[in-house]
Amino acid sequence: MDIAIADYLPILIFMFVALAISCLFVLANFLVAVNNPDPEKNSAYECGFEQFGDSRMKFDVRFYLVTLLFIIFDLEVAFLFPWAVTFGTLGLFGFVSMMVFLAILTIGFIYEWKKGALEWQ
Amino acid sequence: MISLAQTYFIEVMTIILYCLLIFVPLLLGVVMALYADRKIWAAVQKRRGPNVVGPYGLFQVPADGLKFIFKEIILPDGSDKTVFLIAPIITLALSITAWAVVPVQAGVVLANINVGILYIFAISSLGVYGILMAGWSSNSKYPFFGALRSAAQMVSYEVSIGFVIITVLLCVGSLNLTEIVMAQKTMWFFIPLFPMFIVFFISALAETNRPPFDLPEAESELVAGYQTEYSGMPFVLFLFGEYINILLMCAMTTILFLGGWLPPIDIYPLNAVPGFVWFLLKVIFVFYLFAMVKAFVPRYRYDQLMRLGWKVFLPLSLFAVVATSSILFFFNLAPGM
Amino acid sequence: MTAQLLTFYLFSGVILISSLMVISTKNPVHSVLFLILSFLNAAGLFVILHAEFLAMILIIVYVGAVAVLFLFVVMMLDFKTSINKDNILQYIPIGILIGVVFIAELIIVLINTKFDLSNIQVLPNPLSDFTGKSNTEAIGSVLYTDYILYFQLSGVILLVAMIGSIVLTLRERVGVKRQVVSEQLQRQGKIDLVDVKSGKGVDI
Repeated sequence: MDIAIADYLPILIFMFVALAISCLFVLANFLVAVNNPDPEKNSAYECGFEQFGDSRMKFDVRFYLVTLLFIIFDLEVAFLFPWAVTFGTLGLFGFVSMMVFLAILTIGFIYEWKKGALEWQ
Repeated sequence: MISLAQTYFIEVMTIILYCLLIFVPLLLGVVMALYADRKIWAAVQKRRGPNVVGPYGLFQVPADGLKFIFKEIILPDGSDKTVFLIAPIITLALSITAWAVVPVQAGVVLANINVGILYIFAISSLGVYGILMAGWSSNSKYPFFGALRSAAQMVSYEVSIGFVIITVLLCVGSLNLTEIVMAQKTMWFFIPLFPMFIVFFISALAETNRPPFDLPEAESELVAGYQTEYSGMPFVLFLFGEYINILLMCAMTTILFLGGWLPPIDIYPLNAVPGFVWFLLKVIFVFYLFAMVKAFVPRYRYDQLMRLGWKVFLPLSLFAVVATSSILFFFNLAPGM
Repeated sequence: MTAQLLTFYLFSGVILISSLMVISTKNPVHSVLFLILSFLNAAGLFVILHAEFLAMILIIVYVGAVAVLFLFVVMMLDFKTSINKDNILQYIPIGILIGVVFIAELIIVLINTKFDLSNIQVLPNPLSDFTGKSNTEAIGSVLYTDYILYFQLSGVILLVAMIGSIVLTLRERVGVKRQVVSEQLQRQGKIDLVDVKSGKGVDI
C-alpha cells in the first residue's frame, strides 16, 4: 500500500469511528428516553416570555470585519509554516524575503489599528 | 481476491481496535477532568464538591452522564432539526478525531503523519462549525448571539495560536509532533520561549471557551449561549467535546512547551519511568492550571476580550516570530543550519 | 492500490453529491454546509495525491476561515424570502458554457497524453531537487527564494484585501463610550483617602 495512504488511513477510520460513537450516544438517548412534545416545551427559550420577533436578524457588521481580518492573518500563518520548517537551509535571502513580507502586512496591521478596526464597541 | 479482502479486513479491524484504545482512555480522562474541575473549584471556595456518589464522590460524573441518557431530547419547534442534531455530533467527533496524531510516548501514536501540528490546527479551526450550526439551527436569540460571539472569539485567538506554533516550529524545523518533542531533549521550549508559553496558555483558554473567556455561555447575559435549547445526550456531547478539546489543548501545551513524554532530567530513576506516565503527569499539571484559572479569575468583558486578542496577543506573537527567527539566524542556531 | 481507489471513489463521490446539493438545496445555510463538506473531501483527494501540506492548508484556510465568513454572510440574509429556484433555468446557458470549457480542457489533457493517463508526468522539478524532502520542505525550499516575486505579490494582495475590507465595512458609530485603558490607569488625584474619625464623619 502507498505510504501516504498508509499514514492517513487510520485517521479516516478514526473519523468514522468517532462519528459512529457520537451517533450511538444520541441514538441511545432517542431509544431510552421518553418523548412527549408539547408546544410550550418546544417553543424557543426566552426567559419564560412568549417569543417576540424572529431570531433571524441582522447583526453587527464588525463580526464580518473580524472574520475578514482573520482570513488574512490565517493566510499569513499559512505562508509562515513552510518557511519555519525550511528556515535553517534558506539562508539570508529567505530570511530577508520573509521579513519584507511580514513588514508589508505589519503596515496593514498598523493601518487597521489606527483606523480603529480593532476597537470593539 | 478473498485473501486480499481478508488482509484488508484484519488491518481495518486492528485500526478500529487502536481507535477504541484511544477513545476509552479519553472518555475516562474526560470523566476524571470533570470531577477534578469540580473538586478543585470547590476546594478554592472552601466547599467539598461532589462527595456522596461513590467513594469521594468519584461516581458523580458517570451518574450524571447516565441520567442524561434518560432525559427527553427536546427539538424546538422553529429549529432546523437535522442541523440541530448534527451540530453536537460533529463537535464531539471532531474533538475526538484530533487525538489521532497525538503521541503519548515515543512511537505510540495512531497516525504519525508528517504534518501533525497542521492537522491539529486544522481540526481545531473546524471546531467553530459545531457552535455556529448549533446557534443558527436553534432559531432562538440567545443561542444565535452566543454562537456569533463564540465564533468571533475562537477565530481571533486562533491567529495568535498560529504565530506561537510558528515560533516553536522555528526551533524544530519539522511539523511532526514526535520530532517536536524530540527537539526538546536538551531543553524544554518553555524556558527559551517563556512569553510564548504564556500567550499559548491564555489563547488556549479562549479557544476552548474556558473561564475567564466563557462569554459565549455567560449565564448572566446569554443563559447558556449556543447550548440553550439543548437537552439530553446532545447537550452532553457538547460538554464532552468541550472537555476533550480542553484536554487536547493541555496535551498540545505539553508537546509544544513541556517536552511531551521526556523526563525532566535524563538520569536513572527518572528516565526508567515509562514516557506516557510523564506525559500524563504533565497533562494533569496543565489541566490543574486550567482549573485554577477558572476558580480565580473573573469573567472578561467582550470588548476587553477582543482587545486582548487583537491588540496585545497578535502584535506580541508576531513580534516573537520576528525576534525568534532573527536570534536563530544571527547566532546560527536554526536546525539544519 | 485498491484502498487508494476506494478512498478516491468515496471522496469524489461525496464531492459530486454535495456539490449538487450546494446548488439544489433551498436553504442557503445548507448550501454553505454542503460546500464545506465538499471542501473537506477535496482535502482528502489532495492527501491521496501526496499533497498533505496543501490538504491541511485547504482545510485551515478555506474551511476554517473563508467558509466561516460565507456562513456569517448567509446567516444574515433574511430567510423568510427564501431563494426562489423556479427561474434557475435562466442560468443554463452560462452553465453549459463553463461546462464546455472544462470538458475541452480535459480533452486537451487527454490528447496530450495520447489517451493513456499513465503518460501524465508529475510536473518535472523545475529548479531544484526535491527527492527525500517532505512536501512542506519542498514548498519552503523554493517559495521564498526562487518564487520571491509571487510570494511578495501575494503579500501585497493581502495588504490590499486588508485595507479594502476596512474601507468597505468600517463605520464609525457616534455616541459610543469607549474604554481607554491608558487614561483609566493614569487617573490620579481624583481619589482621596480620608481618615474618618469615629462619631464625627467627614464633609464631602
